[in-house]
Amino acid sequence: MAEGSSQRVTYDARGLSEPTVETPKVSQIDGDRAVFDAGPLTTRQINRELRWLVYEEGVHDVTITNPGAKHSLGVAILTRCTITFEGSLGYFGCGLIDGPEIHITGRVGWSFGENMMSGVVVIDKNAGSLTGAAFRGGDLVVKGDVGARTGIDQKGGTILVGGNGGMNIGFMMQRGRQIYCGNVGPGLGDSMYDGSIYVAGSVKSLGIDCVEAEFTPADKEMIDRKFAIYDFGTPPAFRKFTCGRQLWNYDNLEPSERKLVL
Amino acid sequence: MCGIAGVIHRDGEADIGQEMVQMLQAMKHRGPDSTGYALYAPPTEGIVIRFKLADANDARDFEFGERLERHRNEVEARLGKIGATVERMEGDTEYAFRARVRYTGDIKALADYLEDVPGCEVLSIGTSLEIVKDIGDAETVAGMYHLGGFRGTHAIGHVRMATESDVDISGAHPYWAYPFSDVAVVHNGQLTNYFHWKRRLERSGHRFQSECDSEIIAVYLAEKMAAGASLESAMKQSLDDLDGVFTYVAVTSDSLGVAKDEMAAKPLVLFESENLVVLASEEMAIRAIIDHEIDTYDPYEGQVLVWSR
Repeated sequence: MAEGSSQRVTYDARGLSEPTVETPKVSQIDGDRAVFDAGPLTTRQINRELRWLVYEEGVHDVTITNPGAKHSLGVAILTRCTITFEGSLGYFGCGLIDGPEIHITGRVGWSFGENMMSGVVVIDKNAGSLTGAAFRGGDLVVKGDVGARTGIDQKGGTILVGGNGGMNIGFMMQRGRQIYCGNVGPGLGDSMYDGSIYVAGSVKSLGIDCVEAEFTPADKEMIDRKFAIYDFGTPPAFRKFTCGRQLWNYDNLEPSERKLVL
Repeated sequence: MCGIAGVIHRDGEADIGQEMVQMLQAMKHRGPDSTGYALYAPPTEGIVIRFKLADANDARDFEFGERLERHRNEVEARLGKIGATVERMEGDTEYAFRARVRYTGDIKALADYLEDVPGCEVLSIGTSLEIVKDIGDAETVAGMYHLGGFRGTHAIGHVRMATESDVDISGAHPYWAYPFSDVAVVHNGQLTNYFHWKRRLERSGHRFQSECDSEIIAVYLAEKMAAGASLESAMKQSLDDLDGVFTYVAVTSDSLGVAKDEMAAKPLVLFESENLVVLASEEMAIRAIIDHEIDTYDPYEGQVLVWSR
């Protein structure tokens, strides 16, 4: 603990507190690139090292090896930079980010990319449930499968999934786009307010107030562009799903209130 | 929150005691209250009975030690009276015991007779199953019960964050499927029709060791299997019969299965290879025992997966 610090642990039922939060400064820095091994580091140490590199050392390209599926890595990075995780992340990875381009060579756990505001994330393998919860902007690309409730409460941006999705995809979705190259589970787009969901495979069932809509040339152009950017090959045929607007109750709201809600 | 874990080696024995300790310790943050293990050694001709006569946090009055000794002797005497031959009886703690016996009679009669001894609770009976559970984290409990050297074929474990019943051994997982030998369950979640099923199973003659909803699953499955169902079909039926949010892992002497509720509200991550299946609430637990890069996945909602040796 830093000298003079008043931080004190008074109750630690789980025995997991990290009162020592010094930045480890173990990275190998080469110009504006850096690499460090997360294996022996705690979550707080990894995040402090990452923030030290991109905010104080002027590093723009960071590679983190052996993340070991630890939780909450790479959160709240609010600057443009490139981050590569060589391995898998646990829960709540890369939430609240605004600007970085992140590549994960492994899998990610639940609630990855929560409240992501801008930037690009590419995950080479699977993602757990609640991926992109309250996702606001940017591109979130999962080359494998995603779990239940992906894009719950999504408010913008694009989620592109190379494989299948679980149940309640796009639950209460408010804006943005989701693209599934595989199948999706029951309750697709349940209670969604707005936005579009594109599915190439089968849909087990639609959620309340989710309806199939016309697939337009603009939709095709957008999907072609995303496939080209992320090297997904030739796009298959997609069906488009949107809100049926039968549950809408915003018509009585003032425009300012509607803006707040959406 | 709670954390669950399981491992099955399909090609022989391994250090499953140490593996479970590492996996559960990696998930200590999911449940610091108690830790439990259901470990499966290769079946033997006799049976192993794990039982306790008190809890770790019971008040120690002046007669505590004498009372435990008296009750332990009573258990041993009753084993003889019911026709069991005690080959070995040992205590890992002052209140928890392991007995290896030869017995060919009715398991329910044996369990009921032993539990009639004041304070006695049978934690498991089986030809290969041994359930060990106590207050503390994985390393603490493993140290108390000397589990580090346990070799076997498969195992499940649980770290508990108590929400609906006491912090004691009775409330800790895994649960033995009384009175059926070699069946155990760990569970993460809440069952909302717990009392419905508890009353129904009690009317069928089953007794419950705890007030914990998870115990229902073990007895429910065992009753189905006793009626001829396979583990997989019993688990699939449970998805219709049990309400709530849950992911549970069930084990028999030769199989390990996982079931996830229709809402997929509780996590589970899986690694599967030809000879090894490892699963846990968090991937970091799997990586605690596998040191090379692996591919993992989450089972989907309403999915039941079973692996056999």
